[in-house]
Amino acid sequence: MTFIKELTKGLIKDNPIFVLVLGLCPTLAVTTSVINALGMGSAATFVLLCSNIIISMIKGITPSKIRIPVYIVVIASFVTIVDMVMAAYLPDLHKSLGLFIPLIVVNCIILGRAEAFASKNNVIMSIADAIGMGLGFTLSLTLIATFREILGAGTWLGMRVTPMSYDPMLIAILAPGAFITLGFLMALMNMIKEKK
Amino acid sequence: MGYLGEIFVMAMTAIFIQNFVLSRFLGLCPYLGVSKKLDSALGMGMAVIFVMTLASAITFLINNYLLIPYSLGYLQTIAFILTIAALVQFVEMVIQKNAPALYKSLGVYLPLITTNCAVLGVAILNTTALRSDGVTEYNFLDSLLNGFFSGVGFTVVLLAMAGLRMRLDMAELPKSMKGMPIALILAGIMALSFYGFMGFQI
Repeated sequence: MTFIKELTKGLIKDNPIFVLVLGLCPTLAVTTSVINALGMGSAATFVLLCSNIIISMIKGITPSKIRIPVYIVVIASFVTIVDMVMAAYLPDLHKSLGLFIPLIVVNCIILGRAEAFASKNNVIMSIADAIGMGLGFTLSLTLIATFREILGAGTWLGMRVTPMSYDPMLIAILAPGAFITLGFLMALMNMIKEKK
Repeated sequence: MGYLGEIFVMAMTAIFIQNFVLSRFLGLCPYLGVSKKLDSALGMGMAVIFVMTLASAITFLINNYLLIPYSLGYLQTIAFILTIAALVQFVEMVIQKNAPALYKSLGVYLPLITTNCAVLGVAILNTTALRSDGVTEYNFLDSLLNGFFSGVGFTVVLLAMAGLRMRLDMAELPKSMKGMPIALILAGIMALSFYGFMGFQI
């Protein structure tokens, strides 16, 4: 029962982007297209899952004074693995995500879950938490990217979805469009919450 | 163009044309989190300039004299983040001991900087950055200056944002727009105005 609860809380109630407002840098930078958003989301989910498992396993033997450096080393190791695997098998995606792959290390969501959840709970619960949070992050990225890609390029996952007469609004995939889209989406979420 | 010209190009690029916050999307958490008051924004900005300059210098040395000679390039991420974490801790201890007045104004912001992606970002960008001729790689002084100017660029937009948000508190807004949504839209308009600098050819 609690397993399901931990699994689903990341999707809406504790959504890392729209509710907790964590990890904004990759959110705004990689949501120019849906494929980038999915790539970033799955990379971060993998790192979150692995680091949550390891950290909840070593929570008994980590001295509390040096726990943050220990967590950072664990996270950085998995980020290096993701970085190298992506460079080898998905070179195009790796290139378009660029700097933001190594920067997963300093993504507040991952360190935040390690400190707030994995260091206090057992392995099974930590896995549920990581999957839930990772999915919440990926879905939010995809939602933002959907708006930006359709408005800015007229496509979704590379397929054309708007009529030919639609002139793409380039600003949506440029930097200012990222801020404005996320701002309006957050306002929309607040409005829905108020209505309830 | 002499070296002074090179420095000028670097400063203009880091502060206006490729601003760290508004066009590279680095350091957004403090940009939106610490921009509610002008004086705390100033404290955060100063701490970031300081740490970014130091971090650029030290990661340059580590990269060029440790990682590259022993072909340990794949350890870059781990080595850099550990260096930055240790550096921030060290700076905090030194300032606390030797300059208590400075510690009072910067102290609370220092621990937050470890997870500021702008610091790790500038360290990683420096390893592949090129001078304006497109061939020469950054040397030690270039990296240090780039770190400094990137920090200045961060501080400039952080201060502008803090000033604007203090005014924004007095504006009447729809309830659902209050707080983060309007701050993001404001940041978007600011980014739009910074796009005007992009056409500059130096």
